[in-house]
Amino acid sequence: MKDLISIDQLGRAGIERILARANEVSQVASREVQKVPALRGRLVANLFYEASTRTTSSFELAAKRLSADVITLRASGSSVEKGESLKDTITTLSAYSPAAIVLRHPCAGAAALVAGWTDAAVINAGDGAHAHPTQALLDVHTLVNRIGDLTGKRIWIVGDIAHSRVARSSAVAFGLMGARVTLCGPPTLLPPGIGAALGCETSTSLERLGEADVVYGLRMQLERMEGVAIPSLREYSSYYMIDSGRLSSNQLVMHPGPVNRGVEISGAVVDGPHSLISEQVASGVAIRMAVLFELLAGGDVSKQHHETVMA
Amino acid sequence: MSIAMNWVGGEPICALITGARCIDPRTGLDQLADVLVVDSCIAEVGAVGSLTAPSEASIINAEGLIVMPAFTDPHVHLRTPGQEHKESLATGTRSAAAGGYCQLLAMPNTTPPIDSPEILRGVFSRLAEEAVIPVGQLACITRGMEGSQLTEMGLMAEIGVAGFTDDGLPVTDAGVLRRAMAYQRLHGLPIALHEEDPSLSAGAPLNEGQISAKRGLRGSPGIAESTMIERDCAIAELESAQIHVQHLSAARSVDAIARAKQSGVSVTAEASPHHLLLTEAACDTLDTRAKMNPPLRFEEDRLALIAGLRDGTIDCVATDHAPHSKDEKSEPFEIAPFGTTGLETAFAVLNQELVGNRDLDLSTLIERMTSGCVPFGLEPPMIKQGEPANLVVFDPEESWIAGEDGWESRSENCCFTGRSIKGRVVMTIASGVLVHRSGRLSGGEQL
Repeated sequence: MKDLISIDQLGRAGIERILARANEVSQVASREVQKVPALRGRLVANLFYEASTRTTSSFELAAKRLSADVITLRASGSSVEKGESLKDTITTLSAYSPAAIVLRHPCAGAAALVAGWTDAAVINAGDGAHAHPTQALLDVHTLVNRIGDLTGKRIWIVGDIAHSRVARSSAVAFGLMGARVTLCGPPTLLPPGIGAALGCETSTSLERLGEADVVYGLRMQLERMEGVAIPSLREYSSYYMIDSGRLSSNQLVMHPGPVNRGVEISGAVVDGPHSLISEQVASGVAIRMAVLFELLAGGDVSKQHHETVMA
Repeated sequence: MSIAMNWVGGEPICALITGARCIDPRTGLDQLADVLVVDSCIAEVGAVGSLTAPSEASIINAEGLIVMPAFTDPHVHLRTPGQEHKESLATGTRSAAAGGYCQLLAMPNTTPPIDSPEILRGVFSRLAEEAVIPVGQLACITRGMEGSQLTEMGLMAEIGVAGFTDDGLPVTDAGVLRRAMAYQRLHGLPIALHEEDPSLSAGAPLNEGQISAKRGLRGSPGIAESTMIERDCAIAELESAQIHVQHLSAARSVDAIARAKQSGVSVTAEASPHHLLLTEAACDTLDTRAKMNPPLRFEEDRLALIAGLRDGTIDCVATDHAPHSKDEKSEPFEIAPFGTTGLETAFAVLNQELVGNRDLDLSTLIERMTSGCVPFGLEPPMIKQGEPANLVVFDPEESWIAGEDGWESRSENCCFTGRSIKGRVVMTIASGVLVHRSGRLSGGEQL
């Protein structure tokens, strides 16, 4: 496997392989020196055409823990703003011979295009509202570590399905792991055909939320929603906010962050005992280390430790 | 006022095309026959071996081949002025000649748009220098294609414009379109309409369906087109105007045209080879060659278009030949421009898929391929004594792979690239001039 473009390409076996790898590498974080030399002397280039704090930082940290050199290019202030095409930017970047390019881009299909233009491994860190495979992997990792096998588990993904690459990737990943996924949101944010396209059920109401083992809330893009896709955030919250009144004590809650407290999810739920949100963030680094390792290194991570000691 | 058809022209050939199956749906001709071309006209059509050719005539042995009236396309983008990196008048018309066309109508959404008599005259003179087949030119309905002020339609009609369109964009404002239709009474030239309600299509790069849902892309529903067709047919009825609806893509649009025709609206319609042969499935890998506006839709839409073409609700095939450079089409799907080239493949793919699958008989396909310019008042090519010699020779047995030997077009964004096709145009004669000939055709080497 040269690239990680979408979760479908992994299949269940591929997901499980990366989860196992993530469990191995997460031990690195508990060491005094949180580094292994797996990617020493190799370059990981983060190319971000959209703002993102947590995805960039977790990819940076993951690459650094594998001893890679890291550069991060952001669209603002770069040649991109001067009108350079994506292809030319990749050609320029390729002159540095990166081992991997981590790409976030506002257009669906951008990562797949780039993968055809470069010898570097391309990791899709979000292409439009299409895919975000490392988010899906960290979601599955978090959930499997908490509840084990997902077979037959019911997972509700609630909110702005239309604009969410998280929904598109994580729904598919949960499904591959045997869970039954329901996509729930206001009719204006639930595109026609989405259920059939992703193999999920759909709902426009939280009435049956009680059946869910896990409730996954999506971030509302506040600035572009009000008066367009929904009449008001107040009305949205009254129908779709995940709060303690709508949850029972045995349901777990996830969210990709950043959270709009009091809009899609209540503050009490975010901070409550059923929230897996901080586990998701912690999984993010381990999963991205595992993916970089999988694509660029291979072999046994535990051996990396011995090399470190001997070095 | 008459339509100016500009081109380079050339020395008319004197030739006897012998032994081909000659088909002309308008004259009812379908038999093995000889066709004699002299002085830019069809001098005679007769049984094989029955014609006496002048001594200077080239003899073209067309046994096993099909001779048809050459095709006409009312909807191509030749990109002059201002977008010559995509296509030139020479490459665009050579592309047409290679596909069997003898006549084109070019769209005015150039840079700048063709929206004034001065720009129109400039294009006419460029066509006279570069075009290898006759080309008529449409001009904009509104200045700058901005959808608000009418262009000088009367003055442009006087110098030979073929009609008016803001193609690429809809005339969104119903009041503006109503005035354009009312004003038609002054010049009498048809108004061609790109039908799209932008509040429903919302900038979507593809059809609203499973692929848009899966990819997280905005999708445009079929009613973005059909509701505008219904609106514009109502305006045409009110103003007794003649309109031509471009590139139908949705089943509901075919219904809307059928209803309008039944109630007496003077409306004609076209469909493109890509909408007749492909569905949104072609967008599954986000191949930008399959990004068109209107978008490829569902199988039921495709079947409705074929039915409409068969029963005459759809009057003609139009390629909407839309060349774009490799760089432009290398952008991500959402950013890459809309359009596919189509002139070089149109008849061959339609013949293979629609005639081959018995969705359409060959004579109907030829009728629809030759009717493109009829809504604009031009006579269709015919295989008949005394008619201008507009002929295409087609080899039904030649197998080729689209794009494998390159294209005559300057651009290569053809949605049929890579398709194995049986049957290929081997010779095209436009107004008596030999404008395309493939090396495989035997006889008449001195031409």
